[in-house]
Amino acid sequence: MTDIKAQVDVLPGLDPRAPLLQINDLHVEFRTRDGVAKAVNGASFWLNPGETLAILGESGCGKSVTAQAIMGILESPPGHITRGEVRYRGVDLLKLREDERRRVRANKIAMIFQDALSALNPVYTVGFQLAELFRAHRGMSRGDAKNRAIELLDQVHIPGARSRVNDYPHQFSGGMRQRVMIAMALALDPEVLIADEPTTALDVTVQAQIMGLLAELQRQRNMGLILITHDMGVVADVADRISVMYAGRVVEEAPVYDIYAAPGHPYTRALLESIPRLDLKGQQLTAIRGLPPALTDIPQGCAFNPRCGYAKEPCRQDPAPPAYAIAPRRTARCHFFREVLGD
Amino acid sequence: MSDPTMLATVDERPRSLAGDAWSDLRRNKIFWASAVLVLVILLMALLPSLFTSADPTSCALANKHKGPTGAALFGFDSQGCDVFARTVYGAGDSIQVGLFSTLAAGLIGLLFGLAAGYYGGAIDAVLSRGIDIVLGIPLLLAAVILSARLSGPGDDGVTAVTVTLGLLTWTSAARVMRSSVVAAKGQDYVSAARMLGAGPGRLMFRHILPNAIAPFMVVLTLLLGANIAAEATLSYLGVGLKGDAMSWGLQISEARRQARVAAAPLVWPSAFLAATVLAFIMLGDAIRDAFDPKLR
Amino acid sequence: MFRYIVRRLLQMILTFFGATFVVFALMFANQDDPIQALVGEKPISDTLRAELTERYHLDDGFLSQYWHYMSNLLTGDLGDSLTGREISEMLSSSWPVTVRLALMAIVIAAVIAIAAGVWSAIRRGGLFDNGTLMFTLLLLAMPVVVLAPVAQWIFGMELGWFPATASRNATFYALLLPAIVLACTVVATQLRVTRTSVVENLRADYVRTARAKGLAPRRVVWVHVLRNSLIPVITLIGVDLGVLMSGAIVTEDVFNIPGVGSKLAQGVRTEDGPLVVGFVSVLVIFFLVMNLVVDLLYAALDPRIRYE
Repeated sequence: MTDIKAQVDVLPGLDPRAPLLQINDLHVEFRTRDGVAKAVNGASFWLNPGETLAILGESGCGKSVTAQAIMGILESPPGHITRGEVRYRGVDLLKLREDERRRVRANKIAMIFQDALSALNPVYTVGFQLAELFRAHRGMSRGDAKNRAIELLDQVHIPGARSRVNDYPHQFSGGMRQRVMIAMALALDPEVLIADEPTTALDVTVQAQIMGLLAELQRQRNMGLILITHDMGVVADVADRISVMYAGRVVEEAPVYDIYAAPGHPYTRALLESIPRLDLKGQQLTAIRGLPPALTDIPQGCAFNPRCGYAKEPCRQDPAPPAYAIAPRRTARCHFFREVLGD
Repeated sequence: MSDPTMLATVDERPRSLAGDAWSDLRRNKIFWASAVLVLVILLMALLPSLFTSADPTSCALANKHKGPTGAALFGFDSQGCDVFARTVYGAGDSIQVGLFSTLAAGLIGLLFGLAAGYYGGAIDAVLSRGIDIVLGIPLLLAAVILSARLSGPGDDGVTAVTVTLGLLTWTSAARVMRSSVVAAKGQDYVSAARMLGAGPGRLMFRHILPNAIAPFMVVLTLLLGANIAAEATLSYLGVGLKGDAMSWGLQISEARRQARVAAAPLVWPSAFLAATVLAFIMLGDAIRDAFDPKLR
Repeated sequence: MFRYIVRRLLQMILTFFGATFVVFALMFANQDDPIQALVGEKPISDTLRAELTERYHLDDGFLSQYWHYMSNLLTGDLGDSLTGREISEMLSSSWPVTVRLALMAIVIAAVIAIAAGVWSAIRRGGLFDNGTLMFTLLLLAMPVVVLAPVAQWIFGMELGWFPATASRNATFYALLLPAIVLACTVVATQLRVTRTSVVENLRADYVRTARAKGLAPRRVVWVHVLRNSLIPVITLIGVDLGVLMSGAIVTEDVFNIPGVGSKLAQGVRTEDGPLVVGFVSVLVIFFLVMNLVVDLLYAALDPRIRYE
C-alpha cells in the first residue's frame, strides 16, 4: 500500500503557513510553425483556502492555458513555460520533478473541464475512472476503490449511485456527467480546485445546480476554488475576488463587489457594459470594438490600446502599464485608472 | 463588421481547392519522384524497345544462367533469355492489365457510387448491400474462380484477368464516391442549382461530380498499384496470364524454383513490380495530402 | 447489445446468401459445358461426366442447383476431388497447420503494429516514426508474390537462417519465416491505422483529464489511449482476414506447407474444379463468420455501440 498523500506532505520546502496558491509572473508560449504565440505574459494572482477566485476573460485570453500550466498538463511541445512561479504552500511546482509533480495533481490541486462528455473516457465506466484514482494514488484494492467511487457519486447527489457506477459516460445527462467530473476532481480531497468553464456546455437551470453543488462542496471542505469563465453573471453570484485577463495578463484584480461598483480598467468596464443587468433597466448594451489581438502579434504597450477609448500616447509604448495599486487589495494595469474609476 | 481577416481574403486572387492542391503538389518532392517513376514505367510498357534492343523471346540455351554482360545488364535465365529485356517487356502486360482493370473498376464504382449517393433511400440500400456482398468474398478466392471461367483455351488471359479484376475491385471506389456525393449533395450550392431548375444529370455531372472527384482519383491510384499486384498473384497461381503473355507475375512464378541457382530472374521482376506499386502508392498519398483540407 | 447482435446477424445472413450465390453463379452460370469447365482442359470420361452431373444437379434448374449446392455445403458434404479424395477429408487434414500459421502471423502483426504504432505516435516526427513510415511504405509496395519467394530465397536459402520449407507437423521455428511473410501483408496498414488513431486520441480531452488525475504517462497511454485507439484497428481485422487468406494461398505454396492454401493453389493449377469450388465455398463462409465475430468484438470494445 502506497499512500501518496503522505509523500506529498513531505515535499521539500512545504510550509503550511505559506499562501495556498500563488502565481507569480507566469509566462507561457506556444511555439508553432506559424510563429510563437504568447498565450500568457506575466500572469500573477493568489488564492486562499475557502476562497473563490474568478478568472474572467474572452476566449483566447490565456485563462485556460494558465490553468493547465498550474496543473502541469500543458501539451509540450508546443507549449512552454518560459518564466514565472507556481507556488503551492511555498513550493514552486515548476521546479519539481515530473513524478513529484504528478503526485500533487488530484491530491492537492484538481481540475474539472468544460465538456464532461469528451473529458471522460468513453470506453470505461465512470466507476472505473473514479476507482482508478484510489488505485493509482492510494493503492486501494479493487473492491474498496469501487465502494469509495459509489460514496463519491452519492456526495455529488447522483441518484442510484450504486447502479450508476457501472454506467458509461454517454449514458449520463450533461448535468450528471459534470457531477461525475466534480466527483472525480474531489476524490482525493484536494485543497485547490480549478474549474475551467464548468457550466458553459450546460442548460441554464442545470448551470445553477452545478454552481450550487460546487459552492456546497467548497464550504464543506474549505477548498480554494479557481473559477475560469467568460460569464460575468456566474461570477457575481459565487466569486470572492476577480482577476480579469486580457492577452495573457491579469489587467485588473479586485474583490467582486468593488469591480461591479466601479471597474478600474477600461477592458473590465467594456466587459460589464456588454452584459445585460437586471438592476439597470433601459441601459445601452455596447459591444467591445474590434477583436482580441492575435497572440503571435500582441500590440506594444498596453495590449488593449487599439480597442480602448481612454488610450493615449503612453499606452502605445513599452513597457506595458504596471499593476497600479488603485485601492486596498485592488490592482489595475491602466495608466488612466483614475479616469476609468471616475466615470 | 470591420473584420480585418475578411478584408485580407478579398484582396487575394480567388483560389480553388484544386488550385491550392496543385500549388501544394508542385512543391512536394515525393510527388515529383513518384510521377517521374510512373511516367518511366508507362513509357516502358508502351515502348519497351526504347529501353532495350534485345528481343526477350530470342533465347539461346548456350547463355543459360550467364552473368550480366554489357548488353544484358541482368544476365540470363535458365532458358538463356535476356533477363533485362524480359523484365522490361514484362511491364507491358502488367501495366495493361492494371490500367484497364482499374479503369473498368473506376467506371463501375463511379456509377454505383453516384447512383447510391445521389438517389439515396431504397436505391442506396440495395446498392450498398450489393457492395457488402462483393466485399464479403475475399478478392483472390473470387478471382481464382472468375478468371479461370473467363479465359478460354489457348488464350493469353489478358482480357480474362482485366475483366476479373475490374468486376471485383470496384467496391472501394464506389464507397468513396458514394460518401463524397452524399457530402456534396448537402451543400448549399447544389440546392441552389436544383432550385434554379438543373436536372439530375446536370446536377450530378456539373455540380456534384467535380467536388467528389479528388478522393475518388486517390482511391483509383492506389487501386492501380493493387491491381498490378493482384495480376501478379493470379499469374503466379496459374489462373492469370499465360502462353505468350509476359508479365512480372509470370516471370516470378517461373523463376522461383531456380532461385538457388540463378536469383536474377526472380529478383529483377520482383523489384520492378515493387517499384511500380510503390510509385502508385506514393503518388496516391501525395495527391491525398494535397487535397486533404484537414492537413492545411 | 442484443439489438446490435440481431441487426448484424440479419445483415450477415443477407450477405451470406448474396456472397455464396455470387460464388455459385461465378462457377456454374452461363457455361456452355459446366462439366468441361470444372475439369479444365482434361478429357472427361463418361462416368466422370455422369458423376459430376449428379453431384451438382446440373440437369436441374439454376435455383435448384443452388439449393443443392448450399444444402451440401451446410451439411459438410463437399464431394470428391478429381483425384478421388474426399474434399472434406482433405480440408480437415490441412486446416490445422494453416490455422497455426495464421495465428502466428496475426500475433506477430498485432504485436509489431501496436507496439511500433503507439511508439511512433508518441514520438511523432522523430527518427523512429520516420523509419517506420518508410518501412511500412516498402512493405505496402511488396505484394506477397514478391515477398514470399524473395524471403525464401534470402533467409531460407542464401543465409540459411530458417528452413526453406515446412511440413504438416512443422515446428514453430519452421513456420516462423512463412508466418513473418504473412504478417508483413497486413502489418503495414495495421501499424499506420494504429499510429493515426493514437495520434488523434492523444489530443483528446479525456487524455488531459487522465493527466490531471495524476496518472503515470504509461497508464495514460496503455490504458486510456490504447483502448480507444484499437477501435478502428479492430474494424480493419475483417479486411485483413481476406488479405491473410490470399496471402496464405501464395505463402503456403511457396514454402510447401501442406495447408488449406497450398491445397487450393494445387487445385487451381491442376484445374481440379470440385476441389476449388469446395475450398473456396468453405473459405468464403469462414470469412463471413469471422467478420461477424469481429463486429461483436468491436461492440465489446466500444460501449457506445453496445447501447445503441
